[in-house]
Amino acid sequence: MENQQKDTFFTKYKKLAKEKGLLGACFSMVFQSKVWESVFRHGLADTPKNRTLKIISNVFLHLHPAKVKRHAPQFKFTWCMGGISFFLFLVLTATGILLMFYYRPTVHDAYWDVKDLEYQVPFGALLRNLHRWAAHLMVITVWLHMFRVFATGSYKPPREFNWCVGVVLLVVTLLLSFTGYLLTWDQLGFWAVTVGTNMARSTPLLGHEGPFGEQLGMTSHNDIRFALLGGSLVGGNALLRAYVWHCIGLPLIISIFMMVHFWRIRKDGGISGPL
Amino acid sequence: MENSEENKEKKGRYRALAFIKGKTFAKEKDSDISENEIATWPYLMRKELLAAIICTIVLIVWSILFDAPLEELSDPTMTPNPAKAPWYFLGLQEMLVYFDPWIAGVVFPMLIIAGLMVIPYVDFNPKGNGYYTFKERKLAMLTFCFGFHVLWILLIIVGVFMRGPGWLWFWPWQEWDPHRVVAETNYDLTSFIGVKSNSFMGFIIGGAVLFGYFYSGISLPYRLLKSRKSVAIEKLGFVKYTMVAFLFLCMMALPIKVCLRLVFHIKYIWVTPWFNI
Repeated sequence: MENQQKDTFFTKYKKLAKEKGLLGACFSMVFQSKVWESVFRHGLADTPKNRTLKIISNVFLHLHPAKVKRHAPQFKFTWCMGGISFFLFLVLTATGILLMFYYRPTVHDAYWDVKDLEYQVPFGALLRNLHRWAAHLMVITVWLHMFRVFATGSYKPPREFNWCVGVVLLVVTLLLSFTGYLLTWDQLGFWAVTVGTNMARSTPLLGHEGPFGEQLGMTSHNDIRFALLGGSLVGGNALLRAYVWHCIGLPLIISIFMMVHFWRIRKDGGISGPL
Repeated sequence: MENSEENKEKKGRYRALAFIKGKTFAKEKDSDISENEIATWPYLMRKELLAAIICTIVLIVWSILFDAPLEELSDPTMTPNPAKAPWYFLGLQEMLVYFDPWIAGVVFPMLIIAGLMVIPYVDFNPKGNGYYTFKERKLAMLTFCFGFHVLWILLIIVGVFMRGPGWLWFWPWQEWDPHRVVAETNYDLTSFIGVKSNSFMGFIIGGAVLFGYFYSGISLPYRLLKSRKSVAIEKLGFVKYTMVAFLFLCMMALPIKVCLRLVFHIKYIWVTPWFNI
């Protein structure tokens, strides 16, 4: 013991390298350092205690319980659809932020910015493709997740409320996808959104072509469609509104509901399984 | 009282005999895992990581192989024919063939959302909680699968693949002919008995048919089940039962209207000055 303390800086590591080999020395220098220990507050040995600590001492992983029911995380039970939906949301957030660097939501620029992404920006086309296909895939995985949860009866007590939160998440997912549709400002998106928002004209009471809308004084300049589009036509205001909803409003809303959704899974007894 | 205090004192009396340098004999209690549990790390974490990796690979390969669609610059003066909504809303757009926009585009979507949210509060069947079973909850499974797979998914497939210019039916192998005209005259229900649908009589008859559909659809099964002393009715109660029956009848109204349109060419059942159904 006393000898080691007298060792100089270099001889100490020389000894370590002799003892454990070069790789082993590097290993212990990194993983047993004070810095590492300050970040990850658990040992590396594969003990039940460390397995638990790996989950509960990590803010990202502690969404999970430290232990789960044996049957619950089986693929044949969950289909992984909830987790994949969340993963796709993360992919969409990451690619979406990168896309925002190159995109301006104005009638003048929007379409040409997308064209630039396709032909000028390095990996721009890949970025856009990833965002687009991940969005479509997320709609599908959310539907499959809902069907799985129904098929396993996982909405039954005590999970009734979480099912409702899930329905909200489904709706917001569809709205996110729909608002994104307009942003490319091409014929496809423009007319899809025109068709979609035209339905809002005929909202009962609140739309100017809907039942009792006329009687309540609704015109194309003050009804619910006007509020959605910021005008009576799909134009620059509608593009800006779609952009703000798509990039800020709806992601915030869906994040809040996702927090509740995940939290409630834990509080309602974890991933469901036979009681 | 006195006794226990004495005990405590006796127990608490220790004397240090010697200090020994070294590891303690005392062991920290390790976290234990019961038979029907597994540790999240590594058993669940590795599955999640694997799913994420596979997902990423599929996405990247897909994105390299297939470009996201981008058509020409939007032109408000040139309406494409057909103008289709995004594919996940095509079920709603397909409903526009059979219902007016205020039903297909607004009321039905609201009812779908409400209906989905109502499910856990009206399904009182305690069986099938957390595992796959069809036998123990046939009615629930059949209803949901009918609504989800048959109505929602099938209508989307029809909307995506079968609808061409003028929202007319084209098989996927048929060429889209923008000049195709299908002469189809639709009649309102009351005109079958010679009453004009927009007359007062037509208004009364149409309304009676519609209210009759909902009233009998709700009350007849209720009376039948009540007379048989059904446990389901007892558990549901009148209000919840009415809600379930109403939502169910609304769902069934879609295939009924589709049949009425395709077989009898019926346009509206009830015509009012304010809305048509």
